[in-house]
Amino acid sequence: MATYNTSEFRSGLKLMIDGDPFTIVENEFVKPGKGQAFNRVKIRNLKTGRVIDRTYKSGESVEAADVMETDMQYLYSDGELWHFMDPDTFEQLSADATAVGESSKWLKEQDSFLVTLWNGQPISIVPPNFVNLSISQTDPGVRGDTSGGGGKPATLETGAVVRVPLFINEGEVIKVDTRSGEYVSRAKE
Amino acid sequence: MHKQAEPGNWQPVATLDMLRQRAQLLSDIRQFFAKLQIMEVETPILAHCASTEVHLDSFSTSLSRSSGQSLYLQTSPEYHMKRLLASGSGPIYQISHAFRREESGHLHNPEFTMLEWYRPDFDYHQLMDEMQIFLQYVGLPSAGFDQIRRISYADLFLQYVELNPHTSDISHIRRCAAALGIPIENADKLTDCDSWLDLILSHVIEPQLGQKEITFVYDYPATQASLARIRPGNPAIAERFEVYVRGIELANGFHELDDVAEQKKRLMQDQQRRRELRLDAYGLDQSFLAALAAGLPPCAGVALGVDRLLMLLNSVQTIDEVMAFPLARA
Repeated sequence: MATYNTSEFRSGLKLMIDGDPFTIVENEFVKPGKGQAFNRVKIRNLKTGRVIDRTYKSGESVEAADVMETDMQYLYSDGELWHFMDPDTFEQLSADATAVGESSKWLKEQDSFLVTLWNGQPISIVPPNFVNLSISQTDPGVRGDTSGGGGKPATLETGAVVRVPLFINEGEVIKVDTRSGEYVSRAKE
Repeated sequence: MHKQAEPGNWQPVATLDMLRQRAQLLSDIRQFFAKLQIMEVETPILAHCASTEVHLDSFSTSLSRSSGQSLYLQTSPEYHMKRLLASGSGPIYQISHAFRREESGHLHNPEFTMLEWYRPDFDYHQLMDEMQIFLQYVGLPSAGFDQIRRISYADLFLQYVELNPHTSDISHIRRCAAALGIPIENADKLTDCDSWLDLILSHVIEPQLGQKEITFVYDYPATQASLARIRPGNPAIAERFEVYVRGIELANGFHELDDVAEQKKRLMQDQQRRRELRLDAYGLDQSFLAALAAGLPPCAGVALGVDRLLMLLNSVQTIDEVMAFPLARA
C-alpha cells in the first residue's frame, strides 16, 4: 500500500480518506512554539467535489489514492452509461451518471474530456473550459432589440441550455464557458 | 516535495526592495544592541551535539568521509550562548542562521534567521519589557501594531475556549477540541495533554492573536517549560513567554533554567520521549551541562524569527517573500 508522509503533502496530491479518493487543495504547516506540528489541509472529494478540512499530526502517513487524470475521447451514450476511448491505446471505458454528473450536458461525440480514474474506473469527467456547440433550438430574435441586456434561451446539440444574445440563430455554432455555463461568442470556424 | 530549483527560477523570490528592507532591519537590530552595549557574538552552526527537544529535528552530516563522527546543524544557538554566559560574557546577542528539519510552510523555511539575546540579572518580565522597546525600535508600531497586551497562558485558554489548561485532563481537552470542530485525523496518536493544547492553540487561538496589538503570552504549563525555570506552586508554572503578532509566533523567551541537575533530568526525559516516538535519539550535550555546573548567571533570554519580523513590518503573507532564495530556489 503506497502512502504519503505529511512532509510530502502539496496541492494535487491524491489521498484515500474514509474509503474515498481526495485531492489536496491546500496544505498548511502549523507549529506552535516548541510544540507539536500539524498539517492542516483542505481536501476535495474526487467523487462528490465537496471540499473539507482535515488536520494531521505532522509525520503521519496517509494512504495514497490510485488516481490518474487522462484525456479521453467521448464516443456515445447508451442511455445508462457514457463511453470514452483512450486516443492512444483505443481502450474503452464507461462512466456512470454519478461520474459524469453535470458534465453530461457538454458531452459531444468525438470531443476530448479530462477523465479522472480511480483504481482504473472513471469517477469524474471534466469538460474543457470552452466548448464549441451548435444551437439546435432557439426562438428568432426580436427585430430592433439589439441591447446586450436581454438575451434568450438556446438549447445546444448536447442538451445544455444557455442564454444567448438575440441575434444568434438556430444552427449557429457558439463558444460557451463550461465553468459558468455562459455564452462567450460566435465560434470562429 | 522540494526538488532541485528550476533553472528558469534562478532569480530571488524577495524583491530587491525587500532585500533592502532586510538589510535595514539587520542594521537597526545591531544599532539597538550597540546602544545598550550588548556584545554581538558568533557561535557554531555546525556542532557535535543536536538539541534533544522532542519537537525539533536536526539536519546531520559527518566530519569526514572516513569518520563516523556525526555533526549537526544547530536548531538554535542557545547551548553555545549559555556556555559564553557561564564564561562571564555578560549580556550578548547573536544573529544567526538556524536549521530545522521537517519545517516547511508559509511561516517556515528549514533554514531561517534567528535573533537571540540574553540578559543576566533580568527575569522574564523585564525581558518582555525590553522586547517591547525593541519592537518599537524596529518599527512594528508604525506597521500598525501599536497596542500591547500581556496575557497568561491560562487566561488565554479561559478567554478564547473556556478551558483551564493547567487543571483539565486529556479527555476533557479532547472533548473541548471536538466541540470546537477541529477535524483531527487519528486522534488517538495525540497521547499527551500538551499535544491537544497545541492543537487548540494552533487551530483556534493563534489565528486570533495580535491582529491589531502585539500579544505577549506568558506563564506556560510546567510540562512545556523547555529550558525555562519552573516556579513551584499549584499549578507549577514555566517562566516562559511567547510574542504573537497577526497570528504569527514571533519570539519565545525564558527565565533561563540554571539548575544543572534539573536540566539534565529534562534532557533525559526528552531523550526518552524521542525514543518512544521513534525519532532520532541524540546524545546529551555534556559541554552545555558542564557550563551549567560551572554556573550560569541568573538570566533571561529570547529568540526571535527575523524573517517573520520582516514579514510583519512589510505586511506580506509568506516567509518566501522575505527571503532571497527560500528552499524551493535554494
